[in-house]
Amino acid sequence: MANKKVGAYICSGCSIAGAVDVEQLAALGAEAGCLVRKSPAFCLEDSRLIRDDVAEGAVEAVVVAACSPRVNTDVFRIPGATVERVNLREQVAWSHPAGHPETQELALDYLRMGIMRAQRVARPQPYTQANTRAVLVIGGGIAGISAALNAARCGFRVVVVEKQEELGGWANRLYRQFPKRFPYRGLPPITVVEQVRELRALPNVAIHCGSSVESIEGEPGRFKVTLRTAQGTVEDTVGAIIAATGWQPVATEKYERYGLGVYPNVTTSVALEEMAKRGVVARPSDGGPARRVLFLLCDGRGDDAHLPYGGNVSSLVALKQALYVRELNPEALAYLFYGDIQTPGQYEYFYHAVQADPGVLLSQGQVERISETHDHSLAVELSGTTLGPGTALEVDLVVLASGMAPNTATSDGALALRYLQGQELPVTKFGFADSNFICFPYETRRTGIYSAGAARQAMDLAAAARDGRAAALKAMQSIEKSSAGQAVHPRVGDMSYPGFFMQKCTSCGRCTQECPFGALELNEKRNPVLNPNRCRRCGICMGACPVQIISFADYSVDILSAMIKSVEIPEADGEKPRILALACENDAYPALDMAGINRLEYPASIRVLPVRCIGSVNSVLVTDAVSRGFDGVALLGCKSGEDYQCHFIHGSELLEKRMANMRETLGRLMLEPERVQVVEVAIADYAQLPSVLNKLADAINEVGPNPMKGF
Amino acid sequence: MASAMQSSLPGETGPAVAEVSRTIMIVGGGIAGITAAVEAAEAGYEAVIIEKEPYLGGRVAQLYRYFPKLCPPYCGLEINFRRIKDNPKIRFFTMAQVEAISGAPGNFEVRVALRPRYVNDRCTACNACVAVCPAERPDAFNFGQGKTKAIYLPHDMAFPMKYVIDDTACALSECARCVEACQYGAIDLKMQPREVVLRAGAIIIATGWKPYDARRIDNLGFGKYADVITNVMMERMAAPNGPTGGRIVRPSDGAPVKSAAFVQCAGSRDHNHLGYCSTICCLASLKQAAYLREQNPDARAHIFYIDLRTPGTYEFFAKKILSDPAVTVQKGKIAKVVQDAESGRLVVEAEDILSARKSRLQVDLLVLATGMESSLSERSSSGAMGPSFEPAGSEAETSTLRAGPFRVDQDWFAGAEPQDGIFAAGCARGPFDVATSVQDATAAAAMAIETLARTAGN
Repeated sequence: MANKKVGAYICSGCSIAGAVDVEQLAALGAEAGCLVRKSPAFCLEDSRLIRDDVAEGAVEAVVVAACSPRVNTDVFRIPGATVERVNLREQVAWSHPAGHPETQELALDYLRMGIMRAQRVARPQPYTQANTRAVLVIGGGIAGISAALNAARCGFRVVVVEKQEELGGWANRLYRQFPKRFPYRGLPPITVVEQVRELRALPNVAIHCGSSVESIEGEPGRFKVTLRTAQGTVEDTVGAIIAATGWQPVATEKYERYGLGVYPNVTTSVALEEMAKRGVVARPSDGGPARRVLFLLCDGRGDDAHLPYGGNVSSLVALKQALYVRELNPEALAYLFYGDIQTPGQYEYFYHAVQADPGVLLSQGQVERISETHDHSLAVELSGTTLGPGTALEVDLVVLASGMAPNTATSDGALALRYLQGQELPVTKFGFADSNFICFPYETRRTGIYSAGAARQAMDLAAAARDGRAAALKAMQSIEKSSAGQAVHPRVGDMSYPGFFMQKCTSCGRCTQECPFGALELNEKRNPVLNPNRCRRCGICMGACPVQIISFADYSVDILSAMIKSVEIPEADGEKPRILALACENDAYPALDMAGINRLEYPASIRVLPVRCIGSVNSVLVTDAVSRGFDGVALLGCKSGEDYQCHFIHGSELLEKRMANMRETLGRLMLEPERVQVVEVAIADYAQLPSVLNKLADAINEVGPNPMKGF
Repeated sequence: MASAMQSSLPGETGPAVAEVSRTIMIVGGGIAGITAAVEAAEAGYEAVIIEKEPYLGGRVAQLYRYFPKLCPPYCGLEINFRRIKDNPKIRFFTMAQVEAISGAPGNFEVRVALRPRYVNDRCTACNACVAVCPAERPDAFNFGQGKTKAIYLPHDMAFPMKYVIDDTACALSECARCVEACQYGAIDLKMQPREVVLRAGAIIIATGWKPYDARRIDNLGFGKYADVITNVMMERMAAPNGPTGGRIVRPSDGAPVKSAAFVQCAGSRDHNHLGYCSTICCLASLKQAAYLREQNPDARAHIFYIDLRTPGTYEFFAKKILSDPAVTVQKGKIAKVVQDAESGRLVVEAEDILSARKSRLQVDLLVLATGMESSLSERSSSGAMGPSFEPAGSEAETSTLRAGPFRVDQDWFAGAEPQDGIFAAGCARGPFDVATSVQDATAAAAMAIETLARTAGN
């Protein structure tokens, strides 16, 4: 390791030379045994110098002491060498006073850290195993069908499992659909039969109806699936899985206050659809024609929010049903009451089309009371309508909008994963698959398994058809990436994965519990076993391990610890405090860069060490830092909790838990707990960073110099 | 990643040009276009992004935070930019616009016009040029609020991180001070517009949206009173890297805003303007009310609406914001906006539908929740009248793409199947929120790959 040929390439451009003494940096590099070169711009023609050194075999580990690793990524991608970027520009020259001794020491420390890292990292050897280019689609509704069509047409073998006897899902039960395209008029027929026919005609698709999943084990690229079919058990291997398990109406007890289950002529939109499909809209009480039909939508803000799932779908369904009630019986009248009508986008045109029908009355309004009259007709009293106070109507039928609850919410065993962390996809409080749902809505916490359609989010048929295709792309992508031994989102292309030094494992199981993606299983000896293709390479297991046996080729407690220890700690006179900042590379680190771009100044006593996720920080690193003489340690992570921003789901949340341990350790070392501080930094918070970091430095300085200095 | 600026155009020359049958062109580098590109590239295909601005990221880069998590868009952009930087299968052209598309699925030929950036790939983003530049321009990124120099970095997280010269503000060779200041030979004031020809097997149109021109709405006082702004301007004002450093102030005098009113459907759901609902404006106003309340515990926000559109789980976001008693809503349309002669504050006259009364409210700031117009529309923003959006079912042909019969509807959103082998994604298909745009773009990438698979044998 010590013999590794390291090249230190020290850039003087972009005002680095004006801020720090580049000669001294070069001398440090030479002293550390590096081949040293300088340039006013390594990002331009002189990048060739680096490539030539590597090509000639003079250098196997490159340290570029120049700009942030977030820029010139392609320029400094050097084939045949590992590359470390030492951020002298954004995080030294641009954010600290030029020519100041503390700025110089900061630069020297960053170079020491970079060289130390370069000496220790190894190039990851990818995990590549023969993979299966096949996709399992669970659920043969519209989302599942379009996912299957897409994957099959792209050349993948597809297996479809549907629990009903027919493909088609809810679409089979619908009478009509609402219009999906300009000019948004009329009610097109359901066309799912055509898609089913197309799917059945494809040679590379196997369809199992009346079937379900008995178990799934393994990992992306090679999931072993066992299906229960009418013909018995079927075993197969697939590369990725799409969970298009659909939705079901919200339990009807929720609607009791509207008379559902009490009065025969109060029904739901789902029941009405089935009635219409049979050809007549009648009063359930006596089979007589329903001439006056009242549709009641979730009244939004006034409601107790039983129904977080309906949204735009239920408004559109009610508008559609109002139209076909009129179409089936031109003498019928439809009344539609809502809190706020939800017809986003171009569906507004459809709303207008329904408004134009004189037989449909639309108004805001809340139901005050529903009661029965002598012949089971219903007397409905409403408030807050545009018809004036105390609106009362007598109707034949009241139709309540059915809420759409995702089947993922009820954990009905559709996936039956043989995963230590549970059989189903982890879900949000709404029951939808947990993900960073704004930016990366298809990600789930089970790599290689993607949800689609109404199981992923309440949506209509057109949206589900598109959604299925998108999930199919994610499935195909997961197979491509795992075949190459590469991670999928967010560390796309990363070929490192954790290794375990099993002789020292205490079988505590913490890594298996804390992995956000369920990548680790336990074997019969209760030792952790990694499924590399499930792994997202966040390093949270590495942060979790109490005996530090988990490491990546290019990221480990050893490497980070050596970098921390490479920092020179000045004498214990309190004049030059030193603070270690472990910073999330996705949010806090870019924020520090942007502070630099804006030439904002923050304390030069802070040494920033980027980490893959703040959850990957093992508490031993904090101990190492204070033992080494750092006066304080700051952990810069992102927002946790319900609106978490962590790209690894709960890295920042885990940090909070681990802090308790760290404070205890500090206590044992007779050090003040205030020396370790957790700071939440969002990427856009860079303007506040100077004041946040100054406050942090002040708080640590107030505690006084670390008494461990010099030991 | 391979960026293609003026000094080097890997698209034209190098071996980077992959098999046409495995290449997808994405027109538009906003969140939909970026998503389509990275998702397709990570599935093993080549992606080429054509972006008209000097940076990728589009509209989301201009947003302060996303609803419903109130999280910064830079967070997801950072990940996506990293996916682009690390992936040699993705190339992009900035300041580029499609001139013409010819050919057929599996083998399209696309002529792309490149506007001169006047700054080449040698730019290190050191900022020395800005210090010497004598000319200024209104900051387009901030919707004209504030100024930048004629040579500028579009925003803090601009990608690619290269400067650009606005040639409508720069004297070019007559000044050239930046050329002297630049130590890296990165500025070329003689750069000319150029054209490149690219080939692709399938094309995704992700051209996005633009804010509806609020000057066309004559009763709401935009352009007449300084303290009437649009929702996109509000995003910039609230952003720490915006024109006021993130302080929400009255544009007229810079005083802090103690009360703000939001006008929903400013242009949307209106036959004289945009006939459709722009989907995101109710949620955006609720979000912006939260910005104001976060900054100023004494401030009040009042929202005038027709329907509060917070579909699905967004309802919980609305509930959270509206649980703050200082954020109030009123169902009703604005009759007019005037200025109080004494205080100079704005007076909003509105109807209150539920109480059937007229109301008057004095506020410091009026935010118009202007809608989203498809960028496929070529009508100049100064046009006096919006088109009539009475749905008539007719089709139009956009000249923006000059792609032959590229189907758009009368509202300028792409039709269901715009053209064989050409797919629309994101706000080119309709007014969507960010999550829907991302979903839509992922689906478009899947459909484009399907086209490549179908035509591969041809």
